[in-house]
Amino acid sequence: MQISDLDLQIWRGDSRGGELISYRVPVREGMVVLDAVLWVQANLASDLAVRWNCKAAKCGSCAAEIDGFPRLLCKSPIAEYGQRVTVGPMKAFPIIKDLVTDVSWNYEVNKQIPPFTPSEKDLTSSEPWRMPQVDVDRVTEFRKCIECFLCQDVCHVLRNHDGKSVFYGPRFMARIASLEMHPRDTLDRRPLLKGKAGVGFCNITKCCTEVCPEHIKITDNAIIPLKERMDDVYFDPIRWALQRLGGGQKRGTR
Amino acid sequence: MSSAAYETVETDVLVLGAGGAGLRGAIAAAESGARVLVVCKSLLGKAHTVMAEGGVAAALHNVAYQDTWEVHFADTMKGGKLINDWRMAELHAKESPERVLELERWGAVFDRTWQGRIHQRPFGAHTYPRLAHIGDRTGLELIRTLQDRAVHTNGVEVHMEVTVFKLLKADGRIAGALAYRRSDGSLILYRCAALLLASGGAGKMYRVTSNSWESTGDGTALAYDAGAQLRDMEMVQFHPTGMVWPTGVRGILVTEGVRGEGGVLRNKDGERFMERYDHERMELSSRDIVARAINSEVSAGRGSPHGGVFLDITHRKPDYIKRKLPSMYEQFLKLAKVDITKDPMEVAPTIHYAMGGVRVDAETGASTVPGLFAAGEVAGGLHGANRLGGNSLSDLLVFGKRAGEGAAAEATSNSKAAREKLNESEIEDAITALMAPLDRPAGENPYHLQVEIQETMSKYAPIVRDGAGLEVGLQKILQLRERSVVCGTGGSRSLAFNPGWHTATDLHSMLVNAEALLRSALERKESRGAHARSDFSKTDEQLDDVNFIVEKSPDGMAVMPLRRTPLPDYLAQPLHQSYARYTPEERE
Repeated sequence: MQISDLDLQIWRGDSRGGELISYRVPVREGMVVLDAVLWVQANLASDLAVRWNCKAAKCGSCAAEIDGFPRLLCKSPIAEYGQRVTVGPMKAFPIIKDLVTDVSWNYEVNKQIPPFTPSEKDLTSSEPWRMPQVDVDRVTEFRKCIECFLCQDVCHVLRNHDGKSVFYGPRFMARIASLEMHPRDTLDRRPLLKGKAGVGFCNITKCCTEVCPEHIKITDNAIIPLKERMDDVYFDPIRWALQRLGGGQKRGTR
Repeated sequence: MSSAAYETVETDVLVLGAGGAGLRGAIAAAESGARVLVVCKSLLGKAHTVMAEGGVAAALHNVAYQDTWEVHFADTMKGGKLINDWRMAELHAKESPERVLELERWGAVFDRTWQGRIHQRPFGAHTYPRLAHIGDRTGLELIRTLQDRAVHTNGVEVHMEVTVFKLLKADGRIAGALAYRRSDGSLILYRCAALLLASGGAGKMYRVTSNSWESTGDGTALAYDAGAQLRDMEMVQFHPTGMVWPTGVRGILVTEGVRGEGGVLRNKDGERFMERYDHERMELSSRDIVARAINSEVSAGRGSPHGGVFLDITHRKPDYIKRKLPSMYEQFLKLAKVDITKDPMEVAPTIHYAMGGVRVDAETGASTVPGLFAAGEVAGGLHGANRLGGNSLSDLLVFGKRAGEGAAAEATSNSKAAREKLNESEIEDAITALMAPLDRPAGENPYHLQVEIQETMSKYAPIVRDGAGLEVGLQKILQLRERSVVCGTGGSRSLAFNPGWHTATDLHSMLVNAEALLRSALERKESRGAHARSDFSKTDEQLDDVNFIVEKSPDGMAVMPLRRTPLPDYLAQPLHQSYARYTPEERE
């Protein structure tokens, strides 16, 4: 059932530049923006580049900017917009073509984060682990992340100040939080947080939380607790004084 | 056209696909000492495994103490209507608990019982609650854990957004593969000593499917072209519950977990119709039965307004629904404007899974071509005529590991010499064929051909098939093949991220899968599991031990029956034993 036509403006181009091109798309009930983009691809512009996979907001492939806002194309019903919608690529990453950007930096960052590391005893024990649901619930929120990188796209440290060399970005703050708060993990990632991960660069504008399609409270539940953990070791004046007096805990260990 | 330049990359084991089976296989191969290269069509972590919702089946007996591998084995065989590879079903049932616990040691988190053990949820045709899960996003948990493990394993490298279009042989064994980068169309020649196919299914050959653009059946087609045997290709699973409304979201999966958590199916008269189809197991009957029941209700005019039935979980508390089925709640609220804590969902069957695939050796995942291995959905055998929910994720873990080890063993034996002897003219011909659509941009639009394939399969190989329809479907698919070999790209000659060209190259895979399905379905003159025929509506006991094998022959595609060795006594006994029904002691 066709309702009306949509004026879909899609950014077409590559690293040399590009422009918004207007396409007329027949709208059907319940259509999401991704459907409209794929209709254009099948009927008007066969070489229109767009990433997508599950079309059910579970894989995070189709991240783009709709009317300037970072969104998943598959989770944005056209009915929520007017007769005219613009779609462009994420701006925090180098463009490859049309709506496809080079997100490989994120995969490089992930490699630098030391993985889950249980104790030797836990690792070699033949007994299945037991843990309470409440401990599981704490990390579940961060493990919901579908790696759409919309939070990275909107983060002003990465987007406006090109701070990719000093800050890992919200996605990887959530990743580090999921490891740090895992009940069986033993590694201390606080030196990493203070150093290369650069948690101090976040100044809590909460834009990442706002755009997260999984509704992860990245700032409140991941970044702020991680900042507190780091502060405990590095910037707590009382602990600092104790350490100067010769006692206290060694840095970077638990 | 002269052959374009290509880059050459060497590795021991080449893995095609980065879903659960590919990643688990890569880890296993690397841990066995092989150099591993994983190639995937999408970005890492986006493979179809991510869509798995309900859980991973393993007889951990954390919820029902009576559960054992024997019961899991029996459930799998009965669900598969006895044409499963019984050795695979045995290994799967025995090893899945260890694979799940191992995953936990690699950092995966699962929901817990009140005692702190891994919780297990009831699922269709599993005698006991058996599915380890985390809410309704178990697949995401599994793939993220394996992804992190793989990138931190020495010897594993990943090439993202690369499509393999040809397997290469030398001395009668697999020795390489040709691929192109999706971003710029540049070519890569992989030289390898063993190759593990873990490329998933072929759901994209149907119109209404829960599968993504990637599921074009590349692995089965590549293996077939390389001379490997396929099996059970007539067996494709309709998941009983996909979304039906609005049209834009038709086919998106609604997890069986909804029924596992107590959801009931009703027709438009409010009748709980499963009573009439499977009085004992009701909504938690096997998927083939539930899907056909829904189909029958709709055909009889008892369907919902948009051609489905109602799935109702509103008797559960809103908080419980949001905790146990968070992504279903979100999905319906956002895409259909339905609050599932207050209103029923509208659901209908959607194409979901290919039980058939490459014929493999149960122990090692080896195909019938030396050096070629397969695991996961692309391999056939474990699930027989119908897959039980949750058995797919455990399949990936158990046989991903086995096939990874099998491929590594093959690569470390003295078989590396073959990769130096690849046939140059074969490489050139394959590249010429790949590039051909770019030379005729004005040829037929590949997207439209894809839609025609989908409509043909939906119409002539539907949930209930008949000989005459299958025959018509086959003729149409053969005609589509002729049109597709001369199709264009939809208008562009560009090598840079050109999905029109990519779609043109995928058509071949879809057509091989479609033809294999139709030919096998014509041969199986009975109804069994997912394969229902109105002209042969009964199950034929004579075919209990028969699988249909598909193989490339000089005259085209050949289908032949293969008789299996009978079940050994130690497996026949658990299969025929009856098991006490599970009654929950308490509601958590």
